[in-house]
Amino acid sequence: MSKLVQALNSARVRGWLYQALFVSGTLAVGWYLVSNTLTNLGKRGVATGFGFLKREAGFEIGESLLTYAASDTYLKALVVGLLNTLTVSAGAVILASILGVAVGVARLSSNWMVGRFAAVFVETVRNVPLLLQLVVWYTIMNRLPSPREAIEVLPHIFLSNRGLKYPVFVEHAGHGWAFLALLLGIAGAIAVVRYGRRHREATGKPFPTLPAALTSIVLPPVVVFLASGAPFAFDVPVMAGFNFEGGSSVSPEFTALLIGLSVYTAGFIAEIVRSGILAVPHGQTEAGLALGLSPAKILRLIILPQALRVIVPPLTSQYLNLTKNSSLAVAIGYPDLVSVTNTSANQTGQVVEAVAMMMVVYLVISLAIAGFMNWYNRKVALVTR
Amino acid sequence: MISKLQAAALAAVVTLPLALSGTAQAGATFDGVKQKGYVQCGVNLGLYGFSAPDDKGKWTGLDVDVCRAVAAAMFGDAEKVKYTPLSAQQRLPALQSGEVDLLARNTTRTLTRDTANGLNFAPTNYYDGQGFMVASKLGLKSAKQLNGATICVLPGTTTEQNVADFFRANKMNFKPVVIEKNEELHKAFFAGRCDALTSDASQLAAIRAAETANPNDYLILPELISKEPLSPAIRQGDEEWTNLVTWAFYAMVQAEEKGITAQTVDAAMTSPDPDVKRLLGVTAGNGKALGVEENWAYNIVKQVGNYGESYERNVGSGSKLKMPRGQNALHSEGGLMYAPPLK
Repeated sequence: MSKLVQALNSARVRGWLYQALFVSGTLAVGWYLVSNTLTNLGKRGVATGFGFLKREAGFEIGESLLTYAASDTYLKALVVGLLNTLTVSAGAVILASILGVAVGVARLSSNWMVGRFAAVFVETVRNVPLLLQLVVWYTIMNRLPSPREAIEVLPHIFLSNRGLKYPVFVEHAGHGWAFLALLLGIAGAIAVVRYGRRHREATGKPFPTLPAALTSIVLPPVVVFLASGAPFAFDVPVMAGFNFEGGSSVSPEFTALLIGLSVYTAGFIAEIVRSGILAVPHGQTEAGLALGLSPAKILRLIILPQALRVIVPPLTSQYLNLTKNSSLAVAIGYPDLVSVTNTSANQTGQVVEAVAMMMVVYLVISLAIAGFMNWYNRKVALVTR
Repeated sequence: MISKLQAAALAAVVTLPLALSGTAQAGATFDGVKQKGYVQCGVNLGLYGFSAPDDKGKWTGLDVDVCRAVAAAMFGDAEKVKYTPLSAQQRLPALQSGEVDLLARNTTRTLTRDTANGLNFAPTNYYDGQGFMVASKLGLKSAKQLNGATICVLPGTTTEQNVADFFRANKMNFKPVVIEKNEELHKAFFAGRCDALTSDASQLAAIRAAETANPNDYLILPELISKEPLSPAIRQGDEEWTNLVTWAFYAMVQAEEKGITAQTVDAAMTSPDPDVKRLLGVTAGNGKALGVEENWAYNIVKQVGNYGESYERNVGSGSKLKMPRGQNALHSEGGLMYAPPLK
């Protein structure tokens, strides 16, 4: 008996006990909600389960990376939606980062004009709701001329309210090989950068990293492309019937969403970058100047590496927000995951399953981004010895 | 944050009531409505002619009249209705979970909804079909000329599937632009983002009447590519309630067949016609069978009007929509409206 009391009084045992109670309690509530929902749905004669995924979807999707037709399954439709979400999120993450860093640095500029412009940009885009911004961008896209009066921006490149139409190479097997060569080139460039760094650390001499890496990326695909004998023929967009035929296009919905998400998130990233830079003591800059480094080199070699430690964690949140905000696509007609899932839920009536799937997918995407950013954060973290 | 909110709201709307509520009982809806003293009616967020608040905030429309007719039959007072405006996505979960007693929200009756979704349908109160609206200046005559067109579609209905079916059947291609909010969708269409807007023909007429400066600039193509029997819906499992909703609507049609209007219903009480006597409860029996007062149908006609009156007032010649009766005329005039004998 006294042993039991002793055990119960031990902080360790109590800790375990409370945690076990909490976990089992949570599981029990979750199980109750799920089973009760299923029971009640069953009693009301509402179909449940994921069998609908294998049925024919029967609706069209405006833009798709895969070849998709109404006769494909719901599962494929959802994959198309997911890929659309990932495409726009990935594009917007890259654009927002570039724009955000530029604006963040600009806001610290000693040039009054540049600094004020950056400040106005940040305060505007951060403080207007994203949905409104998206609607504004989309309205601007829709105000472009109709396809029949399209603006020819460059030869054979047309801008209209149906999007941007541009020529593409006529399909050929050589493209696949060139793409493979591009991937190899990128891998080569990474190796070059690593070698360059080691060379510099070992000898103290600078290494022409940038030109070498660029050559490694550009040269192989070009050589392969020429060697494969792929024709230099273009599939040019031509006006036919309601719209252009041939070529490829970027839709107004995608463009509006991409710009809207990028600009909005860039405002936040700019502030994060600014705070990161300000977190590096001014003495570091002065030390760099004393060594005779140029301001650009001070920023690149001294300030940014130290600032990244402060920047990366909040930047992760912004990337997560951006990805989740991409679900606002439904408001302006971009067929993202939410849009496609909504339609599927409606046609099948299986709303609970559809919403559950959406939640799981966003969770997985978010965890993947967070995982990657945490890895990157560990990499740039200050190594204390 | 519309979609996230909406997804969360959807999840909450769908799962919470289902997760927390107990077992439904037969007759529970009928008794529940009687006890609380009003009908909770699910209606459209705002569809001119069917269910929309007027300038005084009072709900009016063809669908709203179904809610009012049921209230008149049950309580003798057409005003005893509370309205729940629902989006296309919310409507079925709201009915399934018991949030509303009756769904009169231009809902197409389909086999899936009647079975797998656990619903029952009252008789169709508007026979509609999906059509296409295009700018007149395109010079189109038929929907078969739409190959390659970009088409604006509202999600959350059978619309997306119908348009895909039509184009597949005719071996044509199209690009959909699917926008969730009505206003944004219409704006995109009127800005020229799409060549055509597709929806139920009645809705196209409503949009054209309400949102264009000159309705003649837009044309509704003659093809109707689907059957859309818009019908009030109820949950499965309460036959008494299903009966009342069904026959409340039939009473409106029967009154039109007999030429009884809100103005003439008092005079009709003395009619020698046995059908009229049974309808208005002068000959007792129908009320008892339905579990309501014998003058239930009198109250409907007096307070809501017959089907023809409701039609003309809301979507017909008395409204901005000016929809001809067409399929919605009485069977005796070549339409599909037909009431089984009320005896």
